[in-house]
Amino acid sequence: MAGIGGRVGLKGSDGEEVVRRALELGAVPEAGDRTVRVLQRLRSAQAGFELLVAPGPMGEEAARAAGLEARVVGEVAGPGTTAEDTRRIATAMVERERVDLLLFAGGDGTAADVLAAVGSSAPVLGIPAGVKIHSAAFAVSPEAAGVLAGEVARGSRVRFAEAEVLDLDEDAYRRGEIAPRLVGYLRVPEEPRLVQPRKAPSPAAEAIATEAIAADVVEGMEPGRAYVLGPGTTVRAIAGRLGVPKTLVGVDVVRDGRLVVADASEDALLEVVSAGSAAVVVTPIGGQGFVFGRGNQQIGPRVLQVVGREHVIVIATPWKLASLGGLPLRVDTGDPEVDAELSGHVLVVTGYRDRAAYRIEV
Amino acid sequence: MTEGTWPIGPKPPLRRFHQARWDEPVIFELSQPGARGVLPPAVEPEIREAVGDPVAALPRSVRRERPPALPELAQLHVVRHYARLSQENLGVDLNVDVGQGTCTMKYSPKVNDQLASDPKVADLHPLQDPSTTQGVLEVMWRLEQMLKAISGLDRVTLQPGAGSAAIYTNVSMIRAYHASRSEGARDQVITTIFSHPSNAACAKTAGYEVITLYPDADGYPDLGALRAAVSERTAALLITNPEDTGIFNPRIDDFVRVVHEAGGLCAYDQANANGILGITRAKEAGFDLCHFNLHKTFSTPHACGGPAAGACAVTEELAPFLPVPTVERDDDGRFFLDHERPMSIGKVRPWYGVVPNIVRAYAWITSLGAEGLREVAETAVLNNNYLMHKVLEIAGVSAPYAEGRRRIEQVRYSWEELSRETGVRSEDLGLRAADFGTHYWTSHHPWVVPEPMTLEPTESYSKADLDEYAAILAHVAEEARTDPELVRTAPHASTVHRADHEPLDDPERWAVTWRAYRRKAGLGG
Repeated sequence: MAGIGGRVGLKGSDGEEVVRRALELGAVPEAGDRTVRVLQRLRSAQAGFELLVAPGPMGEEAARAAGLEARVVGEVAGPGTTAEDTRRIATAMVERERVDLLLFAGGDGTAADVLAAVGSSAPVLGIPAGVKIHSAAFAVSPEAAGVLAGEVARGSRVRFAEAEVLDLDEDAYRRGEIAPRLVGYLRVPEEPRLVQPRKAPSPAAEAIATEAIAADVVEGMEPGRAYVLGPGTTVRAIAGRLGVPKTLVGVDVVRDGRLVVADASEDALLEVVSAGSAAVVVTPIGGQGFVFGRGNQQIGPRVLQVVGREHVIVIATPWKLASLGGLPLRVDTGDPEVDAELSGHVLVVTGYRDRAAYRIEV
Repeated sequence: MTEGTWPIGPKPPLRRFHQARWDEPVIFELSQPGARGVLPPAVEPEIREAVGDPVAALPRSVRRERPPALPELAQLHVVRHYARLSQENLGVDLNVDVGQGTCTMKYSPKVNDQLASDPKVADLHPLQDPSTTQGVLEVMWRLEQMLKAISGLDRVTLQPGAGSAAIYTNVSMIRAYHASRSEGARDQVITTIFSHPSNAACAKTAGYEVITLYPDADGYPDLGALRAAVSERTAALLITNPEDTGIFNPRIDDFVRVVHEAGGLCAYDQANANGILGITRAKEAGFDLCHFNLHKTFSTPHACGGPAAGACAVTEELAPFLPVPTVERDDDGRFFLDHERPMSIGKVRPWYGVVPNIVRAYAWITSLGAEGLREVAETAVLNNNYLMHKVLEIAGVSAPYAEGRRRIEQVRYSWEELSRETGVRSEDLGLRAADFGTHYWTSHHPWVVPEPMTLEPTESYSKADLDEYAAILAHVAEEARTDPELVRTAPHASTVHRADHEPLDDPERWAVTWRAYRRKAGLGG
């Protein structure tokens, strides 16, 4: 049994006004077509499953186009569909129908809606159909999503793992100021390379690499120095090794193995790093290689100025670096001087006593 | 049946293959308590009396408390077991084995096997007095002279038992060199992501911190990154060229210079020198050390982690650190083993090297001569570029980096486009190829090249072989579009259809011995 939710994923689809404007401009809703491609692939998997769909353009039409029988869940009020529809129907599919996999089509905004509705423990997978996809909760293509849905339908052993959900302020995006924030984590199939970004060959390999990075960083921690720990699962392993709690989407500070500040704001960070020696530990967020300025805006330019480039520790598994496809790591702190100071080559911690010489560009 | 139809007529365009499937258990599971392969006759009373209890002569510390936990089988059952396993296999003597890129799966001429199994070689014992082993010492000495000429360096050791052992030997010599100059604080080794990962692994095993360079937009290792990485902590650069992409780094001398200026040494991974034999040498690029895999470049069998063979070459400056013993020739032309080398790193393996493979490599080089070696490289490069031309005609595959330029001896292709289009992954395509009697390997991890496929045709294969291989790839890629589930569930005619690789990444679950398997699977010790 697999469920399907969807919504028309147009550029800037947050808000009815934007949707109408986009349609007037001649934009073509592509979520529907992409969902059809997913379902066609799912159909060829020759597995027994029940398909649940949201009404009309949110899945029902795609199922019909793919020639699949489906049961409609929920209803929508008007001719257009809204984020509220996505949230309500997704909740029903997970909590009432207990689907084995919730597929949703769209971009980062849809992923954030789904996260808000079903939380981080329900099995979901994004069909890439939005204009901007920074989140890791999406399959690399509709066909890949169909393959994974087929595996779930067949009852194959599919592992699930946390994947970053980044949302971006679409008004800022339309103004050309991209500023996504880390919203949380969705639970998606961990099939390597069918899900963005490129993952480790296996969960075990990923876990070992993350542990090895944590071991290296913890071994190098100096007494009395405050360590600002950025968001993300790679950084969380450091807190895990120290035995302190970690705010997954926030920034925490540890000193001498103890938690000093949890979920710190930029001002709180500035106070801590100004009080004594400090270092910052961050991992690139999302598939674009941003080290600062995406998902960790709390570690702002003032904080970085005080800490100094030599005490910025960038950590990443080799697979995360490989997922950049040769693109550099990037910084966008909001202060061009700090960005310039941070750019150049950096020794990224990729394992225990493992480094990658990798360049950072503005 | 009409003329021209299978099986009477010519074979179909694509050869079909069906592997043997014996459901063969692990040999330990075949064990029958008390079964024996050979029952030696009882010792005669007179002999027993004269010798006494032979076990009593052994010190207590080396005596077993219990017999070893070996499987107990009749000889026939042992032979049958391994004969069955040998059928559940592919290999260079069975298929067009160009899909194992970076491994250089060239043909091993059978005449060299005959020489290696000749009793004059096979019956030698390493404890024989050198006066009785002049022939094999001469072969070793002569092979060393040949490898000196091929690398341009000054001394060679044939002791390492495999490629990684050779890299480890080089790293050990690098460590000893720096220690001898009171520079033991150099604790970092630099390598590249497209160099063989054994370079990073061996440096790590020897205690070094490893810095890996990623490629720039052209696919060359990033020279700027190297400049940022070198320091007073740099012990060495370990690098392959051409890298696993098949792209030759034209700035290799700059890399060597930057590392030398920082006080580090440079070791050239020439495990696979197949595309550059007789064309370029470690010496001319300024390297201090290099190594060869005799089982890649010089045609000896790979032996799957068993008796392969490695050789390390070094400059005069590093020669004092070579493993002992070295093979020397005195003024009378007599060969001897020199154990008295006080700065040596010691031994990296018992005895003197894998003699059967040393004999095979020597025979192979001798049969070709200097011109022949160069022709090997030229043919390997020609074969590779012909195959690349054929492969790139297939829709959905590409050769990332250095677009429009040719490759040396291998190519790391990408099926990313086909994979996005169909949801079929590179691994699936390689496994589907097994239904046509061949296969391919993707790449080491991490997959910097997405959905990779690494092909290396070597000089061994004919144009018809390469055409057959390219036709199989084209057919399988087409199937990914028309019947993706067929490809995703392949192979359909192999002994094992799909293996779960994940335990290989998990120290809690991997097992390389039966005992480890039983312990980790909770089956008892």
